[in-house]
Amino acid sequence: MAARNIAPDTPELRAQYDGWAFTDANREKADWHIRKYPEGRQKSAVMPLLDLAQRQVGEETGTQGWLPLPVVEYVAEYLSMPVIRVLEVATFYTMYNLVPVGKFHVQVCGTTPCMLRGSDDLLDACYARGMKKGHTTDDGLWTLTEVECMGNCATAPMVQINDDNYEDLTTERFDAVLDALASGETPKAGTQEPGRHTSEPSGGPTSLKEMVDANHDYRSEW
Amino acid sequence: MSLADKDRIFTNLYGFQDWGLKAAQKRGDWDNTKDLIARGNDSIIDEMKASGLRGRGGAGFPTGMKWSFMPKESKDGRPSFLVINADESEPGSCKDREIIRHDPHKLIEGALVAGFAMRARAAYIYIRGEYIREAETLQAAIDEAYDAGLIGKNASGSGYDFDVFMHRGAGAYICGEETAMIESLEGKKGQPRLKPPFPAGAGLYGCPTTVNNVESIAVVPTILRRGGAWFASFGREGNAGTKLFQISGHVEKPCVVEEAMSIPFRELIEKHAGGITGGWDNLLAVIPGGSSVPLVPAEQIMDAPMDFDGLKELGSGLGTAAVIVMDKSTDIVRAISRISYFYKHESCGQCTPCREGTGWMWRVMERLRVGESTPQEIDMLYEVTKQVEGHTICALGDAAAWPIQGLLKHFRPELERRIAERENAVLEAAE
Repeated sequence: MAARNIAPDTPELRAQYDGWAFTDANREKADWHIRKYPEGRQKSAVMPLLDLAQRQVGEETGTQGWLPLPVVEYVAEYLSMPVIRVLEVATFYTMYNLVPVGKFHVQVCGTTPCMLRGSDDLLDACYARGMKKGHTTDDGLWTLTEVECMGNCATAPMVQINDDNYEDLTTERFDAVLDALASGETPKAGTQEPGRHTSEPSGGPTSLKEMVDANHDYRSEW
Repeated sequence: MSLADKDRIFTNLYGFQDWGLKAAQKRGDWDNTKDLIARGNDSIIDEMKASGLRGRGGAGFPTGMKWSFMPKESKDGRPSFLVINADESEPGSCKDREIIRHDPHKLIEGALVAGFAMRARAAYIYIRGEYIREAETLQAAIDEAYDAGLIGKNASGSGYDFDVFMHRGAGAYICGEETAMIESLEGKKGQPRLKPPFPAGAGLYGCPTTVNNVESIAVVPTILRRGGAWFASFGREGNAGTKLFQISGHVEKPCVVEEAMSIPFRELIEKHAGGITGGWDNLLAVIPGGSSVPLVPAEQIMDAPMDFDGLKELGSGLGTAAVIVMDKSTDIVRAISRISYFYKHESCGQCTPCREGTGWMWRVMERLRVGESTPQEIDMLYEVTKQVEGHTICALGDAAAWPIQGLLKHFRPELERRIAERENAVLEAAE
């Protein structure tokens, strides 16, 4: 189990976040989520609402966002749930940040398939920029986390930064992505290998070649 | 025999073409779905049984039979649900992601047909939280299908009302376990439930529920259109069909590819992955079905058929067909130890043997990695894996034990070598 603790409940935190509420747009989204579940089952929406809340805090702070205790309490009230039940969910699932993070949350996959293809080098590239696992750099730009398998194993090694995946990385390609982000650009997401489209064998697919250039319909050959 | 493109189900697997509804319809999706539904619940289930499809999420349970466990009528007014497991988190697995982002309409159409066959009123697709862009695509595809009247009230003009909802996870491997997934859908921590009751009796919100993998559901419409016998014509007996293989690790060209079941390992790698890094003599071992199955040494896997029964005979399993290849440059102890760390990280903490055992096993593995141990401790580690295996509510404990058991079975001399090497180094230093 991953040990996950919430940020201390201090007067400063209260002063900053008491009275926090969803924006109108997010309230609309929250209610849309709640409607997906049968009547009386609104607490099923606790996960999407925590995600919405984290994203709103992220927008307000110019980061990926996190979940201060007063925000968790707000979500609990929104869903008529005891705070502890919401807190249980927030601490159980690793994508909820329990402490503030930087502008870019660099999540390096270190599980075996990525490890076999060089995730150690990617972590080294992060350390070389002053990043440290579980910490945010002093300039507030980077938070580094080593994460478990992200399901991009055929395009390993990979890193997820905020909402996008960067795959088929080498130290050079990764540095280019980080440089671009640091200078305010939006690097292309997905594979960073020139010429590769997604998860086909690099150099071109070994099957379904007709699909490359046209939306082929195979039914006439059935 | 090699699988022809016309017999591949996921023709847009690599996303060279648009995932949207119009393009998907051109490829044959949503083609008169009303007719498929008009065949009737039992006829669909019988066709699925005839196809020999075994669940693609890892366990390999026959899909048609699973559906037949659902109640034929609701005696007490409880609705039934289909839950689709898109919480793809097994290290090595990356196939459902390709279905979701490149061929989402196959999944949504499959959800309708499968949901109808098992008399469910709605499907919840539980997608792992880290698939952020993939979830955006899936939701957009669901919205398209609603707008076109393909799902929702009178879905596809069939007279059947059926909803499809997407629910995003938030980073917990354990939610891929079906009862943990149900708990999570109900807004709780994803901790597995005791079985019985089985989900088909009391699952989501206490209602009859079937949980199926994305791939199992997405192949359904094509199987019905082409017939169960067509699907059953691929693979050895009891291992029917085509399958998405995910090849990662030390191959020249890692990839995801749809192939016929039972394809020999060597053929799979040569044909699609460009061979082993450094050639076949350089192959050390393979984890053939995702991190939770035991590894298989090179000489045993080379010509083995890649299917449920063939890999079971080798003391391993097909799992999700996530093939992790390791060449001789691999620190095999570290590779398995990293998997042990994964299970330590993902244990939900509910059962003591798993919560305590996964951490204990990982710490011993880390010492074995550098030889800081004794041969007796190897036996003790094996004993502990046996104490964890089979003594937990769900299979995560088993999944944590098996990779270590595989290592001990095939690489014990390597562990002993490291212990001896370290001892010698210590003795030399003392002199």
